[in-house]
Amino acid sequence: MEHFTPYSALLGGALIGLSASLLLLASGRIAGIAGILGGALSSPGEERSWRVLFLVGLIGGCLLVRTVSADAVTVSITASPFLLVLAGLLVGYGTRQANGCTSGHGVCGIARLSPRSIVATLTFMASGAATVFLMRHVLGA
Amino acid sequence: MQRRIVALCAGILFGAGLTISQMVNPQKVTDFLDFFGRWDPSLALVMGSALGVTLIFFRVILRRKNPLFAGEFQLPRGGRIDGRLIGGSALFGVGWGLAGYCPGPAVASLGYGLWQSVLFVVAMVVGMALWERQRQKVASAVPRYMS
Repeated sequence: MEHFTPYSALLGGALIGLSASLLLLASGRIAGIAGILGGALSSPGEERSWRVLFLVGLIGGCLLVRTVSADAVTVSITASPFLLVLAGLLVGYGTRQANGCTSGHGVCGIARLSPRSIVATLTFMASGAATVFLMRHVLGA
Repeated sequence: MQRRIVALCAGILFGAGLTISQMVNPQKVTDFLDFFGRWDPSLALVMGSALGVTLIFFRVILRRKNPLFAGEFQLPRGGRIDGRLIGGSALFGVGWGLAGYCPGPAVASLGYGLWQSVLFVVAMVVGMALWERQRQKVASAVPRYMS
């Protein structure tokens, strides 16, 4: 695998920005995936259906790229089942407690220059980096 | 109806963006967070590029009175920078570093049909439900305590 992939990163990022802009322009909503997923589970009626469709699209967009592009990236997940469950619980609980994740705070919140989102993004970047440091360079996992 | 079509299209764009930028691959994410190892800056470019688009477009869009197909813009109310925000973000970051997945790429990666993504997404949904329960418990405990 190529290590640093600037062009695909810039192109993919632009698509994410366009997606968030489209959702805001047309529906007046923030494209925060944690919030959309949380709302899809707990909201009634129409509030649920658009969220479910967004999530279906999210998976569909991934399938689309894999179908049309021969050199779409292969994904290998090396974390153990125990770590995956622990990580999933923390990500789900933490993003709801903080009202946002990488997309809600990191992309949409910072775009609105929200101080809360800037603090949230710096915090999860820092604790994420500390976790990887501990796992790779201290525990050697 | 229009709002549903928009949501589906926005989802497809978002999922395509995450897949093209390889954020669906947890290794790319943990390599970004590994500032003291073989650092891979790709994720910074993904966020930077997305922000380049949203910083401009959000500004223009939010000058409008209303969105195209909905009554009003539903934006977060702002609020305080408090322990809930920082504590939640810190917990999220730990999980992000452990597995290399945040909510968007985790859901999109279901398109790869790997059992590991399914397991992660199920655990993430359970985590969200646990927060919801905790929040309701705290909310219902406050008035009783106050009275």
